[in-house]
Amino acid sequence: MLYFTVRRILLLIPVIIGLTIIMFAIARLLPGDPVALAAGPNATQAEIDALAQQFGLDQPVWSQYLRYVGGLMHGDFGTSLLTRRPVAADIAAYLPATLELVFAAMFLAVALGIPLGLLTAVWRNRWPDYVSQVFAIGAISMPRFFLGLLLQLCFAMWLMWLPLGGQLPIIMIPPPRVTGFLLVDSLLAGDTQVFRSALAHLAMPAVAMSLSPLATIMRMMRASTIEVMQQDYVTTARALGLPKRKILFKCVARNAISATLTVIGLYFGWLLGGTVLVETVFDWPGLGLYATKAIVSQDMMPVIGVALVIGLLFVFANLVIDLLYGVINPKVRYS
Amino acid sequence: MDAPLLAIRDLHLTMSSFDGEAHVLNGIELTVRRGEIWGLVGESGCGKSLTGLSISRLLPSPPARYLRGEIRFEGRDMLKLPISAVVALRGKKIGMIFQDPTTNLNPAYRIGEQLVDVALAAASHDPTILDCPPRAGRRERKRAARRLAAAMLDRVGIPNPEARLDNYPHEFSGGMRQRVLIAMALIGRPDLLIADEPTTALDVSVQAQILKLLKGTVADHDIGVILITHNLGVVAQTCTNVAVMYAGNIVESGPVAEVIERPAHPYTRALMAAIPTKETRRGALQGLGGTVPNLIAPPPGCRFAPRCPLTIPACTRALPPAVDIGAGHTAACIRVEEERAAVHA
Amino acid sequence: MTDLAHEPAPAAESGGSDRLRRALFRFRQSRLSVIGAVIVGIVLFFTIFGTFLAPYPDQVAGAVDTAARFQPPSAAHPFGTNELGQDVLSLVMAGTTVSVLAGFGVVLIGTVIGTLVGAVAGFAGGWTDEALMRFTDLTLTIPSLILAMAIAAALGPGFVNMVIAISLSWWPGYARLVRGEVLAAREETYVTAARAIGASPRRILFRHILPNVVSPIIVKMSLDMGFAILTVAGLGFIGIGVRPPTPEWGTLLSLSRSYMPDYWWTAMAPGMAMFLAVFGFNLLGDGLRDVLDPKARR
Repeated sequence: MLYFTVRRILLLIPVIIGLTIIMFAIARLLPGDPVALAAGPNATQAEIDALAQQFGLDQPVWSQYLRYVGGLMHGDFGTSLLTRRPVAADIAAYLPATLELVFAAMFLAVALGIPLGLLTAVWRNRWPDYVSQVFAIGAISMPRFFLGLLLQLCFAMWLMWLPLGGQLPIIMIPPPRVTGFLLVDSLLAGDTQVFRSALAHLAMPAVAMSLSPLATIMRMMRASTIEVMQQDYVTTARALGLPKRKILFKCVARNAISATLTVIGLYFGWLLGGTVLVETVFDWPGLGLYATKAIVSQDMMPVIGVALVIGLLFVFANLVIDLLYGVINPKVRYS
Repeated sequence: MDAPLLAIRDLHLTMSSFDGEAHVLNGIELTVRRGEIWGLVGESGCGKSLTGLSISRLLPSPPARYLRGEIRFEGRDMLKLPISAVVALRGKKIGMIFQDPTTNLNPAYRIGEQLVDVALAAASHDPTILDCPPRAGRRERKRAARRLAAAMLDRVGIPNPEARLDNYPHEFSGGMRQRVLIAMALIGRPDLLIADEPTTALDVSVQAQILKLLKGTVADHDIGVILITHNLGVVAQTCTNVAVMYAGNIVESGPVAEVIERPAHPYTRALMAAIPTKETRRGALQGLGGTVPNLIAPPPGCRFAPRCPLTIPACTRALPPAVDIGAGHTAACIRVEEERAAVHA
Repeated sequence: MTDLAHEPAPAAESGGSDRLRRALFRFRQSRLSVIGAVIVGIVLFFTIFGTFLAPYPDQVAGAVDTAARFQPPSAAHPFGTNELGQDVLSLVMAGTTVSVLAGFGVVLIGTVIGTLVGAVAGFAGGWTDEALMRFTDLTLTIPSLILAMAIAAALGPGFVNMVIAISLSWWPGYARLVRGEVLAAREETYVTAARAIGASPRRILFRHILPNVVSPIIVKMSLDMGFAILTVAGLGFIGIGVRPPTPEWGTLLSLSRSYMPDYWWTAMAPGMAMFLAVFGFNLLGDGLRDVLDPKARR
């Protein structure tokens, strides 16, 4: 198993190279002049040229590329034209917020999706099942940003139960930065007020993000539970008098969850790349927002950096899922 | 003669399917006593597996529907008991073994754990199964269950039982897996064992061992066994009695030697004739023309009539009752009477 | 007892038309699929005729009526008016054309590219397969939304550019699907039989393999339509893609954000339209999948 893991990690290198090549190729397509944009509307040609030279953008593409890859080895992701800061620093600042959102959404989706899927499979073809089927398709069809907007309207503007956006109110001082996750850091600092506020801010964006994966996980769980329930060993277990609840949890749930695990892994990557819209609606200071602003300003360094980081996280998450799968399903381990 | 272990009377079962409702069991009559091994024989689709599954009420209720009849196990009608009472009997008084040992064991759990689960479930209804004091805690009971599981593995002939408790099903061969399943079925000390094609998926040599094991268990514990199979050879080797099924009816039943040497029903005779012997000439295999009837729209009267060489118009008027031909041997054919009369005339 | 050699022939196998009848029967049985089909029908109707049927066609083209700004829903304006006094309903109806056509375009182009890549990879095997699949996997590793956004921004605003950008992030799914199916089909005995009688690789590919692959592709296309529309709207929401005055559901929603909560109706219509269209396509896609791929039946 160690060999397997090491091999997968080594495979990351060609992935990084490939990713960077693709992103650089896209950057080459840019019709406009990002430097001019960044320099501002009143800059002179000389100023623009100076700026270009400062960022090494006057060099031919392949030389820029080599400089970039060289920089990667030192953890240098280049510099953002927009913020004038190293991209690595920007990413480090914004990544935890996105991760916090993704984890919260994933948590909701799994915590609700798996039991609901199990229940609808057991109550197959009765009315709770039909209702949940329709709900599932509706949940997948709902655009996340519209849902976010609706949530804002309802809970923030009309009912005023939850805050409108952002991670924390401006007046509140964030806890000392340990992990970057506000929920974790505030607990570590023992600051319950910040914790509660952070939770309130996290609620709506997390719900908006979680609906689609929740629905899919529920359907996946339902399908694999039904499939497991039809297996011969379940008939044997019933024939030998095992109590229904025990059969359900031991035989069925375990085998069904392993199938759902793959879906969870897929969704993690999808969520990571898909926070853009929800972050825009809720003004959530994450990678998605950062990348969007960069794209709109045609500032490509941050975009490449963000794509790279998210891509790597995705690959890494898949690796973890594969390992987990081996633990849960012993037959896979020996293959 | 003590009361029968199992008495099925006039059992009618329909199964609803995409194309309609199929009348799959058409008045099954079967009596099983302790010490008897009943072979339930017939082609695929004749309803033998459904009969076996019905005894423990394992068929889900749509699509299965019992029109009438009773299944009396130790006097109680299984069809009328609340499901909790039925579950209390499953695995404890009634054990079941299924055909394919590969798919009937949960691949994700060690077999020790699966055996222990069955033992614990059985012990919740009959604490004497576990060899431990009545007030024992969970850990103590689990350990006792493990000892019992190892003992059962030993009993079914698996070497090194304690160590093999920790193996996964895929680490056993086909024959060993079937033995594990038999062990699982016997843990609860059942009075009736239903084996649905237990040897079909195994090699012939392993088959013989498994059948010997079953016979030994009957002798040791005085239980009753229903052995469902399509293989007449297995029946001849192992069973004490046999019931031949066709399209949802038992067409002939009786002691095994009687039925095999003096088959009375035309279907049984065709089955016997189909078995090639040393004398059979090359290319002269005897088959039976036609196919099994459509159970959604079954033929009226005797369901074998369309294929039967002895059929007369009276055959299609009503289902022929089981005629007693003596020594516990019955056959459901109206022409049997004539034949007997002719023979004795 | 009859001899086996004189066995009567078994009952005739159900033919292709029988399968079609059964498939349609299953489809009709599922109420949800039928509802989906109806919704999609309505959406398609508006896609074609929306711009013409809009009650205020001049506003769709960009005319404003500032005197009638922010009017709440009424008989004259069932969904009220927006900040420029334009009838929200008309804009949404016209937007149907843009959003749905864009979705179609994305799915179509993505399918074509993906099928070509996947078919070539699966059929050719060896280095070609490796190389193409590595490239496909790589494209999949980049988060698709960001990839689409980046390409759209790089190409510049406009309907066609947006469709191309999203298609380029869409095709890997089809490539993988088609490759898998081609690989499986290649091993089928009828392909071996065809090779044995000397059929050319091209004939095998087009005559034997591809027809069997069509079914999963259609299922995937129908399931993807909804998400394609969502992605198009998402890009519009961020401001990449089509620009006003071209009405598009995403841009309409984005503009309405500034006017929450007082003028909430400006968001309702585009949002609900988006939801209903995607919902309809998803229902239909599910129904098609149940019908065309019975193995996936629930």
